[in-house]
Amino acid sequence: MTDFAAFEPLAIDFTGAGDGRVRALALLLLTMADDEFVIGFSDSEWTGIGPILEEDVAISSLAQDELGHAQALYGLLTDTVADGRDADAWAYDRPPEGYLHARLLDHHRGDWAATIARRYLYDTADSARLEAVASSSHRPLAELVAKIRREERYHLMHVQTWIERLADAGGESRARLLAALEAMGPDAGTVLAPLPGEPSLLRHGIIAEPFATMEARWRDGVGATFRRLGLPDLPPTSDPAHARSGHSDAFRALHAELTMVRRSEVGATW
Amino acid sequence: MVTLAPVSTEAVLAVLETVHDPEIPTVSIVDLGLVHDVRVDDGRITIELLPTFVACPALEVIRADVIATLGGLGRPVDVSFTFALPWTTDRLTEAGRSGLRRAGIAPPAAPADVLCPFCESRDIAMDSLFGPALCRSLFYCRACRQPFEAFKPI
Repeated sequence: MTDFAAFEPLAIDFTGAGDGRVRALALLLLTMADDEFVIGFSDSEWTGIGPILEEDVAISSLAQDELGHAQALYGLLTDTVADGRDADAWAYDRPPEGYLHARLLDHHRGDWAATIARRYLYDTADSARLEAVASSSHRPLAELVAKIRREERYHLMHVQTWIERLADAGGESRARLLAALEAMGPDAGTVLAPLPGEPSLLRHGIIAEPFATMEARWRDGVGATFRRLGLPDLPPTSDPAHARSGHSDAFRALHAELTMVRRSEVGATW
Repeated sequence: MVTLAPVSTEAVLAVLETVHDPEIPTVSIVDLGLVHDVRVDDGRITIELLPTFVACPALEVIRADVIATLGGLGRPVDVSFTFALPWTTDRLTEAGRSGLRRAGIAPPAAPADVLCPFCESRDIAMDSLFGPALCRSLFYCRACRQPFEAFKPI
């Protein structure tokens, strides 16, 4: 399967999971789930220390939504791969290098400006991806995404308001936003970097368009907002071949934290 | 051997009317629009529910409440959640909307159409799009000087 030659550096072996269609679908589901799981867990660190009470509540709600989306997507993955692993096993029982989230989410949540910059870049890119799977031939995915998109509308309203607020405020707010965008810009496009198995996803109607088309649509939208706010253009994606591998020390620390309870009592149930 | 009388889907629905949202005791899961499908086959009751929000933490409580309450019918009960149809706030019944008001929660509406659930004033302001639960926003009523929650339209 030449489609899947690039699976190896991803430390995931779906070769037992079925034909090319099933393996490509599994990889798509796992990447979407891992993206939502990592940003959800990372942003949940703001609970209790948000910059103002309303934002503490808001970011906690956003993080809870993302963790719920991750749980549902891991559930679809469980049905697809059917190797005995449940959603919790997918979420908690892999080594750090086994996670396939985009490099954008490898950044530490940083200060509030960095968290907002990352949420903005991720939510807008995720929105382009959700649009491309909304009419997926994989019915359970299309149905779940119909529900998720209704919730993500609130996420987009939130980040849109905040990116404008930080950019227009000038001074330290804008300086911190610019620093965050400079640090994360080259990694922003990793969310929509083509997956191995893309030809199979397209052939079987699991995604409606190539990742490059999603990325172009996303860059048009973000570009228009950034020009209006006088923010610099997003740079092209650096090293797209490793968009979802070779994770950072910040993610390794997050991984140690998020698996801590699970590791403390293997097999415990709640 | 005791033969149980047949159970109709109407009878099951009537029992479900008595199961309430664990956080909003004035609204039944039927009036909330959670019930997608009720089937009775060979004496087995199968219920499909629609989650309001994907990450709603009340889902497992609702599942347990449904199983416990339907237990009175003496039949095995299966409860599952489905995304076959996205739950939307349009599924709330009129009784559900008035139940929300009784709990101090404004029924879902566009922000400009939200009324204070306590004094029905329109002189209100949205404090935060996000509230203490995923399904709610925070408002303040200038007329009766009460903060209140409003169900998010979704």
